[in-house]
Amino acid sequence: MQALTLPALRRGPDVPLVYAGVCSHAPGITGRADQAEPGVRAAFVEALDGMRTAIEASGADAILVVAAEHFANFFMDNMPPFAMGMADHYDGPIEDPDWLGIPKFRAPGDRDLSRRLVSEVMQTVDVAYAEEWLFDHGIAVPLSFLTPRFDLPVVPVNVNCQGPPLTPLHRAWAFGEALRRAADAVPEHIALVGTGGISHWPATPDSGKINEPWDRDFLDRWCRNDRDALLDYDDLEVYADAGQGGFEIRTFLTVSAAAAGAPGTVHFYAPIPIFAVGCTVADYSMA
Amino acid sequence: MSLYAVQKFLYQLNRTPDLQGRYRVDRTGAVAGFDRADDLTVDEVDALVAPDIGYLFHLGVNGQILMHFAALHGIEWADYLQQMRDGIATHGPVREGVYAMIGYDGVDAHRGQPDFLAGSDGACNAGSDASGTETGS
Repeated sequence: MQALTLPALRRGPDVPLVYAGVCSHAPGITGRADQAEPGVRAAFVEALDGMRTAIEASGADAILVVAAEHFANFFMDNMPPFAMGMADHYDGPIEDPDWLGIPKFRAPGDRDLSRRLVSEVMQTVDVAYAEEWLFDHGIAVPLSFLTPRFDLPVVPVNVNCQGPPLTPLHRAWAFGEALRRAADAVPEHIALVGTGGISHWPATPDSGKINEPWDRDFLDRWCRNDRDALLDYDDLEVYADAGQGGFEIRTFLTVSAAAAGAPGTVHFYAPIPIFAVGCTVADYSMA
Repeated sequence: MSLYAVQKFLYQLNRTPDLQGRYRVDRTGAVAGFDRADDLTVDEVDALVAPDIGYLFHLGVNGQILMHFAALHGIEWADYLQQMRDGIATHGPVREGVYAMIGYDGVDAHRGQPDFLAGSDGACNAGSDASGTETGS
């Protein structure tokens, strides 16, 4: 009997992760764009445009978006701590296009690339994979700025930030390390973007509440890429100080782990209450 | 009550255009056709049909699920937020789920319930029905 063998994970010379950054994904960014103070919004959009330019300049062949999925694909009937998409295309947004301010779109995927990445991640982290994935605002909002023509292959990635028991922070860190190892093992140039938080109370009566000092302290830890400091959070305290939206720090620190000690820069941060989040654009120096 | 079933119906509704179409035509029938409909109480069915955003929030429906349901009904953002506030004012603190941890009244209210993150489906079961006091400031 012929042994079942996996296709080779490496197809050519290793190419390191070419970009690692984070940005906000709140639906109000596009859905309530006209309700924000124009000057602040313009500065935020300019920073997002800078992120788009940086990703393009990196020569990225694909973008991994680590988002905090919001019950668009995963529910408490079968909630994975980690999941990655493995399809040749993804449709979105799941939300009403008028409500979100983003028309229906089909983003390209790369099933073969996903399979190779997932196979490598699985060596150390038990990640689920999905051959169907509807994009919600967690991915659709960032993509609408970063790949506005939806022409760059996407690999959607989810960390459970919504349905307790949540993914432990130290496991999110291990996941980030696994993503880095996987990205480095494929010949394609990979950009990694985490989306979410930081402090916010989204879609609740407290929507618009933002804990700016907490956010700035978190971003300081993120820029220093200080593993111990980034893992030194307790979910109960995060909920109290940063709302349930604060649980999404998991996506940010996944990127930190993938950046492997690189220093970070915050290009934009400002609380924009009508967007219900402290809007953030930041990245690591991967050179 | 079954927060799990209520949320699962809304989860399916939010992501299934065919179900949205059926719900628009016949709300009661769409809810009745839900495979976990037997787990829903009369009050829960009524809230899903009305719709009663405030009561659903009081029950503990996650806002990330509820906001899409409100959008389906054409409820503007500010009205959606106000309906949740009204629901709490009318029915009391959030009964179950992730928001029952503090009930928006401050962290001191839930310091004695460290196990909130241990439950499935966001069930923190702060026990507001039992004590009626833990979410007070």
